[in-house]
Amino acid sequence: MEIRKPAQAGTMESGDVYVTVEPSTAEEPEITLESLVLEQYGHQILQTIRETLEICRVTGVKMTVRDRGALEYAIRSRVETALLRAGEEE
Amino acid sequence: MKGLRRSMLFVPGNHPGMIQNADIYGSDSIIFDLEDAVSLQEKDSARLLVKHALRKIDFGETERVVRINPLDTGCGTQDLKMMVAAGPDALMIPKATARRLIEADLMVGEIEAALGGNRQPLAFIPIIESAVAVEEINELLKASSRIVAALLGGEDLTADLGIQRTKAGDELLYARSRVAMACCACGVDAIDTPYADTMDDEGLAKDTAKGKTVGFTGKAAIHPLQIEVIHRVYAPSEAEIHEARQIIRAMKQAEREGKGAVAVDGRMVDAPIILRAEKLLQQAKAMGVHDMTDNVNGGA
Repeated sequence: MEIRKPAQAGTMESGDVYVTVEPSTAEEPEITLESLVLEQYGHQILQTIRETLEICRVTGVKMTVRDRGALEYAIRSRVETALLRAGEEE
Repeated sequence: MKGLRRSMLFVPGNHPGMIQNADIYGSDSIIFDLEDAVSLQEKDSARLLVKHALRKIDFGETERVVRINPLDTGCGTQDLKMMVAAGPDALMIPKATARRLIEADLMVGEIEAALGGNRQPLAFIPIIESAVAVEEINELLKASSRIVAALLGGEDLTADLGIQRTKAGDELLYARSRVAMACCACGVDAIDTPYADTMDDEGLAKDTAKGKTVGFTGKAAIHPLQIEVIHRVYAPSEAEIHEARQIIRAMKQAEREGKGAVAVDGRMVDAPIILRAEKLLQQAKAMGVHDMTDNVNGGA
Protein backbone atom coordinates (compact mmCIF):
# COMPACT_ATOMS: atom_id res chain seq x y z
CA MET A 1 0.00 0.00 0.00
CA GLU A 2 1.32 3.40 -0.96
CA ILE A 3 0.86 6.30 1.44
CA ARG A 4 -0.36 9.10 -0.80
CA LYS A 5 -1.44 11.81 1.64
CA PRO A 6 -1.63 12.67 5.34
CA ALA A 7 -4.48 11.05 7.28
CA GLN A 8 -5.72 10.53 10.83
CA ALA A 9 -7.82 8.04 12.75
CA GLY A 10 -9.02 7.56 16.32
CA THR A 11 -9.59 10.06 19.10
CA MET A 12 -7.96 11.29 22.29
CA GLU A 13 -10.73 9.77 24.43
CA SER A 14 -9.83 7.36 27.18
CA GLY A 15 -9.36 3.85 25.83
CA ASP A 16 -8.61 5.09 22.32
CA VAL A 17 -5.54 6.02 20.31
CA TYR A 18 -5.02 8.92 17.90
CA VAL A 19 -2.95 8.04 14.84
CA THR A 20 -1.60 10.44 12.24
CA VAL A 21 0.28 9.26 9.16
CA GLU A 22 2.01 11.00 6.27
CA PRO A 23 4.17 9.92 3.35
CA SER A 24 7.88 9.53 3.96
CA THR A 25 10.87 8.90 1.73
CA ALA A 26 12.67 6.93 4.43
CA GLU A 27 12.96 3.18 3.82
CA GLU A 28 11.95 2.20 7.32
CA PRO A 29 8.66 3.40 8.93
CA GLU A 30 9.22 6.31 11.29
CA ILE A 31 7.07 5.83 14.37
CA THR A 32 6.67 8.31 17.24
CA LEU A 33 4.78 6.87 20.18
CA GLU A 34 3.36 8.86 23.09
CA SER A 35 1.81 6.92 25.94
CA LEU A 36 1.39 7.20 29.71
CA VAL A 37 2.38 3.54 29.90
CA LEU A 38 5.32 3.83 27.53
CA GLU A 39 7.71 2.24 29.95
CA GLN A 40 5.46 -0.74 30.75
CA TYR A 41 3.81 -1.40 27.41
CA GLY A 42 5.69 0.67 24.83
CA HIS A 43 7.41 -2.38 23.37
CA GLN A 44 4.11 -4.26 22.88
CA ILE A 45 2.38 -1.24 21.40
CA LEU A 46 5.22 -0.75 18.90
CA GLN A 47 5.09 -4.43 18.01
CA THR A 48 1.37 -4.17 17.31
CA ILE A 49 1.94 -1.12 15.12
CA ARG A 50 4.76 -2.80 13.18
CA GLU A 51 2.70 -5.97 12.66
CA THR A 52 -0.15 -3.89 11.27
CA LEU A 53 2.23 -2.08 8.92
CA GLU A 54 3.53 -5.43 7.71
CA ILE A 55 0.05 -6.85 7.15
CA CYS A 56 -0.91 -3.73 5.20
CA ARG A 57 2.43 -3.94 3.32
CA VAL A 58 3.28 -0.35 4.00
CA THR A 59 6.65 1.27 3.67
CA GLY A 60 7.50 4.93 3.35
CA VAL A 61 5.38 6.17 6.21
CA LYS A 62 5.85 8.62 9.06
CA MET A 63 3.48 7.95 11.91
CA THR A 64 2.61 9.53 15.25
CA VAL A 65 0.62 7.47 17.72
CA ARG A 66 -0.86 9.08 20.84
CA ASP A 67 -2.08 6.32 23.11
CA ARG A 68 -4.83 6.94 25.66
CA GLY A 69 -4.87 3.48 27.17
CA ALA A 70 -6.06 1.62 24.10
CA LEU A 71 -6.14 -2.17 24.00
CA GLU A 72 -4.39 -4.05 21.22
CA TYR A 73 -7.50 -4.44 19.04
CA ALA A 74 -8.11 -0.67 19.09
CA ILE A 75 -4.49 0.12 18.22
CA ARG A 76 -4.58 -2.29 15.27
CA SER A 77 -7.87 -0.92 14.10
CA ARG A 78 -6.94 2.77 14.26
CA VAL A 79 -3.55 2.22 12.61
CA GLU A 80 -5.20 0.23 9.82
CA THR A 81 -7.85 2.93 9.36
CA ALA A 82 -5.28 5.73 9.17
CA LEU A 83 -3.22 3.78 6.64
CA LEU A 84 -6.23 3.00 4.45
CA ARG A 85 -7.30 6.64 4.51
CA ALA A 86 -3.75 7.72 3.63
CA GLY A 87 -3.67 5.28 0.74
CA GLU A 88 -6.89 6.52 -0.85
CA GLU A 89 -6.62 8.45 -4.05
CA GLU A 90 -7.64 12.13 -3.89
CA MET B 1 -34.24 -23.71 25.72
CA LYS B 2 -32.67 -21.09 23.41
CA GLY B 3 -30.67 -18.21 24.85
CA LEU B 4 -32.47 -15.29 26.44
CA ARG B 5 -32.94 -12.11 24.43
CA ARG B 6 -34.77 -9.96 26.99
CA SER B 7 -32.48 -6.99 26.52
CA MET B 8 -30.35 -5.81 23.63
CA LEU B 9 -27.97 -2.93 24.45
CA PHE B 10 -26.94 -0.53 21.69
CA VAL B 11 -23.25 0.42 21.86
CA PRO B 12 -21.65 3.02 19.53
CA GLY B 13 -19.40 1.16 17.14
CA ASN B 14 -16.66 3.82 17.09
CA HIS B 15 -16.05 4.04 20.83
CA PRO B 16 -13.45 1.56 22.13
CA GLY B 17 -14.10 2.37 25.80
CA MET B 18 -17.77 1.40 25.45
CA ILE B 19 -17.19 -1.58 23.18
CA GLN B 20 -14.71 -3.40 25.41
CA ASN B 21 -16.82 -2.94 28.55
CA ALA B 22 -20.21 -3.60 26.96
CA ASP B 23 -20.70 -7.07 28.43
CA ILE B 24 -20.35 -6.02 32.08
CA TYR B 25 -23.81 -4.44 32.15
CA GLY B 26 -25.54 -7.81 31.92
CA SER B 27 -27.63 -7.38 28.78
CA ASP B 28 -28.47 -10.57 26.93
CA SER B 29 -27.26 -9.06 23.65
CA ILE B 30 -24.92 -6.26 22.60
CA ILE B 31 -25.65 -4.37 19.38
CA PHE B 32 -22.48 -2.78 17.99
CA ASP B 33 -23.92 0.12 16.07
CA LEU B 34 -22.35 1.13 12.76
CA GLU B 35 -25.43 3.11 11.68
CA ASP B 36 -27.00 5.95 13.64
CA ALA B 37 -24.28 6.17 16.32
CA VAL B 38 -21.49 6.77 13.80
CA SER B 39 -20.96 9.87 11.65
CA LEU B 40 -20.55 9.49 7.91
CA GLN B 41 -16.88 10.46 8.13
CA GLU B 42 -16.14 7.69 10.63
CA LYS B 43 -18.04 4.75 9.09
CA ASP B 44 -14.79 3.17 7.85
CA SER B 45 -13.16 3.57 11.25
CA ALA B 46 -16.07 2.07 13.16
CA ARG B 47 -16.29 -0.87 10.78
CA LEU B 48 -12.66 -1.82 11.40
CA LEU B 49 -12.92 -1.22 15.15
CA VAL B 50 -15.90 -3.57 15.49
CA LYS B 51 -14.21 -6.15 13.24
CA HIS B 52 -11.11 -6.22 15.41
CA ALA B 53 -13.15 -6.18 18.63
CA LEU B 54 -15.18 -9.21 17.52
CA ARG B 55 -12.00 -11.11 16.73
CA LYS B 56 -10.13 -10.26 19.91
CA ILE B 57 -12.53 -9.67 22.78
CA ASP B 58 -14.31 -12.44 24.62
CA PHE B 59 -17.83 -11.24 25.42
CA GLY B 60 -18.72 -14.46 27.23
CA GLU B 61 -22.30 -15.66 26.82
CA THR B 62 -23.55 -12.28 25.59
CA GLU B 63 -24.94 -12.38 22.07
CA ARG B 64 -22.91 -10.18 19.69
CA VAL B 65 -24.97 -8.34 17.09
CA VAL B 66 -23.81 -5.73 14.58
CA ARG B 67 -26.24 -3.14 13.24
CA ILE B 68 -24.94 -2.44 9.77
CA ASN B 69 -25.86 0.50 7.57
CA PRO B 70 -28.82 0.21 5.17
CA LEU B 71 -28.05 -2.17 2.35
CA ASP B 72 -28.97 0.33 -0.32
CA THR B 73 -25.89 2.36 0.70
CA GLY B 74 -22.25 1.66 -0.11
CA CYS B 75 -21.50 1.59 3.61
CA GLY B 76 -24.10 -1.12 4.19
CA THR B 77 -22.59 -3.47 1.63
CA GLN B 78 -19.07 -2.87 2.96
CA ASP B 79 -20.29 -3.48 6.51
CA LEU B 80 -21.94 -6.75 5.53
CA LYS B 81 -18.87 -8.07 3.71
CA MET B 82 -16.50 -7.26 6.57
CA MET B 83 -18.80 -8.46 9.34
CA VAL B 84 -19.50 -11.87 7.81
CA ALA B 85 -15.78 -12.59 8.07
CA ALA B 86 -15.53 -11.04 11.55
CA GLY B 87 -18.08 -13.54 12.86
CA PRO B 88 -20.68 -11.87 15.09
CA ASP B 89 -23.69 -13.95 16.12
CA ALA B 90 -26.13 -11.83 14.12
CA LEU B 91 -26.47 -8.88 11.78
CA MET B 92 -29.14 -6.31 12.57
CA ILE B 93 -30.46 -5.06 9.24
CA PRO B 94 -32.06 -1.59 9.22
CA LYS B 95 -34.81 -0.43 6.86
CA ALA B 96 -35.62 -4.08 6.32
CA THR B 97 -37.92 -5.25 3.57
CA ALA B 98 -38.55 -8.73 2.26
CA ARG B 99 -36.60 -7.97 -0.93
CA ARG B 100 -33.56 -6.59 0.95
CA LEU B 101 -33.48 -9.62 3.24
CA ILE B 102 -33.52 -12.02 0.31
CA GLU B 103 -30.62 -10.08 -1.26
CA ALA B 104 -28.72 -10.03 2.05
CA ASP B 105 -29.25 -13.76 2.50
CA LEU B 106 -27.76 -14.44 -0.94
CA MET B 107 -24.81 -12.12 -0.34
CA VAL B 108 -24.00 -13.61 3.06
CA GLY B 109 -24.38 -17.15 1.73
CA GLU B 110 -21.85 -16.49 -1.02
CA ILE B 111 -19.34 -14.99 1.40
CA GLU B 112 -19.77 -17.82 3.92
CA ALA B 113 -19.27 -20.37 1.15
CA ALA B 114 -16.11 -18.61 -0.02
CA LEU B 115 -14.76 -18.44 3.54
CA GLY B 116 -15.46 -22.12 4.09
CA GLY B 117 -14.80 -23.89 7.37
CA ASN B 118 -17.28 -24.95 10.04
CA ARG B 119 -18.92 -21.61 10.55
CA GLN B 120 -22.14 -21.08 12.44
CA PRO B 121 -24.46 -19.47 9.85
CA LEU B 122 -24.86 -15.78 10.52
CA ALA B 123 -28.29 -14.90 11.91
CA PHE B 124 -30.37 -11.88 10.89
CA ILE B 125 -32.39 -9.48 13.03
CA PRO B 126 -34.33 -7.14 10.72
CA ILE B 127 -35.51 -3.78 11.99
CA ILE B 128 -39.16 -3.12 11.23
CA GLU B 129 -39.18 0.66 10.84
CA SER B 130 -41.36 1.55 7.89
CA ALA B 131 -45.04 1.25 7.07
CA VAL B 132 -44.14 -1.13 4.26
CA ALA B 133 -42.22 -3.41 6.62
CA VAL B 134 -45.07 -3.49 9.13
CA GLU B 135 -47.62 -4.33 6.47
CA GLU B 136 -45.50 -7.03 4.81
CA ILE B 137 -44.16 -8.42 8.12
CA ASN B 138 -45.27 -12.01 7.49
CA GLU B 139 -43.59 -12.13 4.09
CA LEU B 140 -40.55 -10.33 5.52
CA LEU B 141 -40.01 -12.80 8.36
CA LYS B 142 -40.13 -15.70 5.91
CA ALA B 143 -37.66 -14.05 3.49
CA SER B 144 -34.69 -15.74 5.14
CA SER B 145 -34.21 -18.76 7.35
CA ARG B 146 -31.47 -16.79 9.15
CA ILE B 147 -34.00 -14.55 10.91
CA VAL B 148 -34.03 -15.20 14.67
CA ALA B 149 -35.77 -12.03 15.85
CA ALA B 150 -37.18 -8.71 14.65
CA LEU B 151 -36.76 -5.30 16.26
CA LEU B 152 -39.49 -2.68 16.04
CA GLY B 153 -37.95 0.71 15.20
CA GLY B 154 -40.47 3.16 16.64
CA GLU B 155 -38.66 6.40 15.82
CA ASP B 156 -38.18 5.74 12.12
CA LEU B 157 -41.64 4.20 11.80
CA THR B 158 -43.39 7.26 13.26
CA ALA B 159 -41.23 9.48 11.05
CA ASP B 160 -42.33 7.43 8.04
CA LEU B 161 -45.95 7.88 9.08
CA GLY B 162 -45.45 11.59 9.71
CA ILE B 163 -46.74 11.33 13.28
CA GLN B 164 -45.36 12.22 16.69
CA ARG B 165 -43.49 9.67 18.78
CA THR B 166 -44.75 9.96 22.36
CA LYS B 167 -43.86 8.52 25.76
CA ALA B 168 -47.30 6.96 26.06
CA GLY B 169 -46.70 5.08 22.80
CA ASP B 170 -50.34 4.83 21.73
CA GLU B 171 -49.26 5.61 18.17
CA LEU B 172 -47.38 2.29 18.11
CA LEU B 173 -50.22 0.06 19.31
CA TYR B 174 -51.10 -1.37 15.88
CA ALA B 175 -47.47 -1.83 14.83
CA ARG B 176 -46.54 -3.45 18.15
CA SER B 177 -49.45 -5.88 18.00
CA ARG B 178 -48.81 -6.77 14.38
CA VAL B 179 -45.06 -7.31 14.80
CA ALA B 180 -45.42 -9.33 18.01
CA MET B 181 -48.13 -11.53 16.49
CA ALA B 182 -46.16 -12.17 13.29
CA CYS B 183 -42.97 -12.97 15.22
CA CYS B 184 -44.82 -15.48 17.37
CA ALA B 185 -46.35 -17.08 14.28
CA CYS B 186 -42.90 -17.41 12.72
CA GLY B 187 -41.25 -18.63 15.91
CA VAL B 188 -38.81 -15.73 16.27
CA ASP B 189 -38.24 -13.24 19.08
CA ALA B 190 -40.06 -9.90 19.02
CA ILE B 191 -37.89 -7.07 20.34
CA ASP B 192 -39.61 -3.84 21.30
CA THR B 193 -38.40 -0.38 20.32
CA PRO B 194 -36.06 1.46 22.74
CA TYR B 195 -37.38 3.99 25.25
CA ALA B 196 -35.67 7.28 24.52
CA ASP B 197 -35.74 8.93 27.95
CA THR B 198 -32.80 7.42 29.83
CA MET B 199 -33.66 9.32 33.04
CA ASP B 200 -37.22 8.02 33.33
CA ASP B 201 -37.21 4.54 34.90
CA GLU B 202 -40.92 4.62 35.64
CA GLY B 203 -41.77 5.48 32.05
CA LEU B 204 -39.39 2.78 30.83
CA ALA B 205 -41.04 0.16 33.04
CA LYS B 206 -44.51 1.13 31.77
CA ASP B 207 -43.37 1.14 28.14
CA THR B 208 -41.65 -2.23 28.55
CA ALA B 209 -44.76 -3.69 30.17
CA LYS B 210 -46.89 -2.42 27.26
CA GLY B 211 -44.71 -4.31 24.83
CA LYS B 212 -44.74 -7.45 26.97
CA THR B 213 -48.52 -7.32 27.21
CA VAL B 214 -48.95 -7.60 23.43
CA GLY B 215 -46.36 -10.34 23.06
CA PHE B 216 -42.89 -8.82 22.78
CA THR B 217 -40.21 -11.08 24.24
CA GLY B 218 -37.58 -8.41 24.85
CA LYS B 219 -36.64 -4.77 24.45
CA ALA B 220 -33.75 -2.76 23.04
CA ALA B 221 -31.85 -0.50 25.45
CA ILE B 222 -29.90 2.65 24.66
CA HIS B 223 -28.27 3.00 28.09
CA PRO B 224 -26.87 0.38 30.50
CA LEU B 225 -29.10 1.66 33.31
CA GLN B 226 -32.17 0.53 31.36
CA ILE B 227 -31.17 -3.14 31.44
CA GLU B 228 -32.18 -3.88 35.02
CA VAL B 229 -35.61 -2.30 34.54
CA ILE B 230 -36.22 -4.30 31.37
CA HIS B 231 -35.16 -7.56 33.02
CA ARG B 232 -37.39 -6.86 35.99
CA VAL B 233 -40.42 -6.39 33.75
CA TYR B 234 -39.70 -9.53 31.75
CA ALA B 235 -39.05 -11.67 34.83
CA PRO B 236 -42.06 -13.67 36.02
CA SER B 237 -43.34 -12.41 39.36
CA GLU B 238 -43.32 -14.60 42.46
CA ALA B 239 -47.09 -14.86 42.21
CA GLU B 240 -46.88 -16.00 38.58
CA ILE B 241 -44.22 -18.59 39.44
CA HIS B 242 -46.27 -19.84 42.39
CA GLU B 243 -49.37 -20.22 40.21
CA ALA B 244 -47.38 -21.97 37.47
CA ARG B 245 -45.96 -24.44 40.02
CA GLN B 246 -49.47 -25.15 41.28
CA ILE B 247 -50.66 -25.83 37.75
CA ILE B 248 -47.79 -28.20 36.95
CA ARG B 249 -48.20 -29.95 40.31
CA ALA B 250 -51.92 -30.42 39.68
CA MET B 251 -51.21 -31.72 36.18
CA LYS B 252 -48.75 -34.32 37.46
CA GLN B 253 -51.13 -35.32 40.22
CA ALA B 254 -53.92 -35.81 37.67
CA GLU B 255 -51.57 -37.93 35.52
CA ARG B 256 -50.68 -40.15 38.49
CA GLU B 257 -54.35 -40.63 39.33
CA GLY B 258 -55.27 -41.29 35.70
CA LYS B 259 -57.57 -38.27 35.60
CA GLY B 260 -58.10 -36.33 32.39
CA ALA B 261 -59.21 -33.04 33.92
CA VAL B 262 -56.93 -30.75 35.92
CA ALA B 263 -58.24 -28.32 38.51
CA VAL B 264 -56.41 -25.62 40.45
CA ASP B 265 -58.22 -23.70 43.20
CA GLY B 266 -61.50 -24.89 41.80
CA ARG B 267 -60.73 -23.71 38.25
CA MET B 268 -60.45 -26.11 35.34
CA VAL B 269 -57.06 -25.83 33.70
CA ASP B 270 -56.71 -26.94 30.10
CA ALA B 271 -53.79 -27.54 27.71
CA PRO B 272 -52.93 -23.94 26.72
CA ILE B 273 -52.77 -22.88 30.38
CA ILE B 274 -50.53 -25.83 31.24
CA LEU B 275 -48.29 -24.97 28.28
CA ARG B 276 -48.07 -21.34 29.41
CA ALA B 277 -47.15 -22.49 32.93
CA GLU B 278 -44.40 -24.76 31.59
CA LYS B 279 -42.97 -21.95 29.44
CA LEU B 280 -43.07 -19.53 32.34
CA LEU B 281 -41.17 -21.90 34.62
CA GLN B 282 -38.58 -22.53 31.89
CA GLN B 283 -38.11 -18.79 31.41
CA ALA B 284 -37.86 -18.25 35.15
CA LYS B 285 -35.22 -20.93 35.39
CA ALA B 286 -33.26 -19.45 32.49
CA MET B 287 -33.40 -16.06 34.19
CA GLY B 288 -32.17 -17.61 37.42
CA VAL B 289 -35.28 -16.74 39.43
CA HIS B 290 -36.61 -20.26 39.91
CA ASP B 291 -35.41 -23.80 40.32
CA MET B 292 -37.72 -26.03 38.31
CA THR B 293 -37.07 -29.00 40.60
CA ASP B 294 -38.29 -27.12 43.63
CA ASN B 295 -41.40 -28.91 44.93
CA VAL B 296 -42.99 -29.32 41.50
CA ASN B 297 -42.77 -33.12 41.49
CA GLY B 298 -43.84 -33.51 45.08
CA GLY B 299 -47.29 -33.39 46.60
CA ALA B 300 -49.25 -30.26 47.42
